[in-house]
Amino acid sequence: MKLSIPEEEIMGHGHLACQGCGAALAMRYALKAFGRNTVMTFPACCWSVIDGPFPHSAVNVPLFHTCFEAAASTASGIKAGFDAQGKDVNVVAWAGDGGTYDIGIQALSGAAERNDDIIYVCYDNEAYMNTGVQRSGSTPYLSWTTTTPVKHPKQRPKKDIVSIMAAHRIPYLATASVAFPEDMITKFKKAKDIKGTRFLLVFSPCPPGWRANPENTIKLAKLAVLTRVFPLIEVENGRVWKLTKKVRTVKPVSEYLKLQGRFRHLSEDDVAVIQENTNKDWEILMDKVGEKD
Amino acid sequence: MRKVIIGNHALSYGAMLSRAQVIAAYPITPQTEVIELLSEMCANGELDAKFIKVESEHSAMTACVGASATGVRTFTATSAQGLALMHEVLHWAVGARTPVVMGNINRAMAPPWTIWTEQTDSLSQRDTGWMQIYCQNNQEVLDSVIQAYKVAEQVKLPAMVILAAFVLSHTSETVEMPEQEKVDEFLPPYELEYKIDPDDPHAFGGLTGPDGYFELRYIIQKAIEDAIPKWEEVGEEFGKLFGRSYGLVETYKIEDAKELIISSATVASTARSAIDYLREKGKKVGLLRIRVFRPFPAEKVKSLLSAIDKAIVIDRNISFGASGIFYQEVKAACYNEKNKPPIFGVITGLGGRDVGKKDIIDIYEYVMKQDKVESDIIWKGVRV
Ligand SMILES: Cc1ncc(C[n+]2csc(CCOP(=O)(O)OP(=O)(O)O)c2C)c(N)n1
Ligand SMILES: [Mg+2]
Repeated sequence: MKLSIPEEEIMGHGHLACQGCGAALAMRYALKAFGRNTVMTFPACCWSVIDGPFPHSAVNVPLFHTCFEAAASTASGIKAGFDAQGKDVNVVAWAGDGGTYDIGIQALSGAAERNDDIIYVCYDNEAYMNTGVQRSGSTPYLSWTTTTPVKHPKQRPKKDIVSIMAAHRIPYLATASVAFPEDMITKFKKAKDIKGTRFLLVFSPCPPGWRANPENTIKLAKLAVLTRVFPLIEVENGRVWKLTKKVRTVKPVSEYLKLQGRFRHLSEDDVAVIQENTNKDWEILMDKVGEKD
Repeated sequence: MRKVIIGNHALSYGAMLSRAQVIAAYPITPQTEVIELLSEMCANGELDAKFIKVESEHSAMTACVGASATGVRTFTATSAQGLALMHEVLHWAVGARTPVVMGNINRAMAPPWTIWTEQTDSLSQRDTGWMQIYCQNNQEVLDSVIQAYKVAEQVKLPAMVILAAFVLSHTSETVEMPEQEKVDEFLPPYELEYKIDPDDPHAFGGLTGPDGYFELRYIIQKAIEDAIPKWEEVGEEFGKLFGRSYGLVETYKIEDAKELIISSATVASTARSAIDYLREKGKKVGLLRIRVFRPFPAEKVKSLLSAIDKAIVIDRNISFGASGIFYQEVKAACYNEKNKPPIFGVITGLGGRDVGKKDIIDIYEYVMKQDKVESDIIWKGVRV
């Protein structure tokens, strides 16, 4: 039988992630796709802790820690360093949503506009988890975080980073989910073989931050796709949009929301608004994909 | 070969002759000519470097740090606001032990917007661990870039080569161009002991607790202390090959001096002509120009000051709430010495106000009338 997921485990044991950490799974799959000829750079994020304290490192590929807002520019520099030496290496910036949607967006936009030959992965757990669950530009509408308390939950929708990156006309971008490893690894492998800036957004549930049960990580990641909250797509050259996971029986968003403490305060009306927003966003996406479902 | 070039181009030629392999930079007046010329050199093949045209100075420095960690020679240049924006990454370059070399054109900080010279931009970065070299002419700018790589790569710390906005950056001077072959002999290819390498994977800069961090800081201090003799050795070796020697400091007419004027960069070179004038009038005054500010040449300063009656430090910079910054450093170096003169601190020329020979003569004459230091700041030329 041919396995679609490489058997080799590059990520080692002894990482410091919490139980049920989606970001740890994301790394495990990503390394399977990228292989050992890979160099990573992490800005400040959970992964700068997960990897383990000095001198331990769980990723087993070279890792250069960098400052919070500089994942992309550090990766560009590392890539240029290898280019100058005639070495061909996959250089991967690996950042959280805060380091991507917010503080790191300038460096990311710069690298993407230059089409620097790097892979940028954002593991999206929808808040600043490392510093204790503060809101980020990726935190969804009406979510609780420690800076958006239930009396005043987040009033703005999650930033549409996919469209922002597509607008840079980079050769490849994709969304992925830890609940769909084949889809994720196919995309990561594809990204690896393309030149230029590649952007990969991985939906990565965070049980402590989402006030969810650690055993529900995969279930939540799956429900996010099945409810169309987080569609799995690919965009080539910023123009060709493709849906990679078609959902036959769409589930109501309430099924996804109700498993998470961060949404516990929502009224029925709130849930209805989220459902409506999800439907509208889906229509906009379908226009781009050019499909009718 | 001689060439008439502006100070900014002296930086570019310095980087070219040093065979910088990765350049990442962002434009800011008065630095732009540095990167314009480097862009051209890269485009026409004179310089075999990857030039990343980043979207900010923050990215310029992070790209240089990342590239440097792979084991290549890196260069950038900036000024004032750009340097301030890099601040976090300046610490990163030091902690990561990446010998990045950067040109900084001393420009006063905004607001109000201004583009003229002052040293407060680079001196605000003094505690980052970057080595800082203040140059007095375009020849020294070019020569110092080459030396900076040599020292930086030996001690694994970054270095900043600093020149005054317009006074040097846009002033044409005749510069002896070192021959590439000789530079190659002086500065062999960069070999990094620990680098990012997929065949030997390690994590750089991972979480370190109170158990390990302290020692890493100690090691950095030892490394920058090691750079003190290195700047002398490298400056001398440079002199043997190219006929121009350099050291941590430069002195002028100090043999029988009773008073010392202490300054840096182009103010110090102006002071030289003031000293010539004062010597003609029979005054026993000499000059101490501090070239390398970090690491601070405290031993030199102490021994030179032990034999004189009065020292006058002229600063084109200010640490608000304290005094001129070179003044603080000179005073601090001498504090525990038995033989030390009264040290007078003068602040002048902020925001590019001209500092001429006459101003320095006035400063000298004013200080000669003072018996003791009344205040940490003598303001010269401020209109209040
Ligand atoms: C310049 C700067 N500001 C703030 C911080 C503090 N900080 C470290 S990680 C982090 C949040 C990271 O959030 P995200 O990128 O979403 O990654 P996660 O922790 O969720 O994995 C913050 C605010 C920092 N390290 N640097
Ligand atoms: Mg996050």
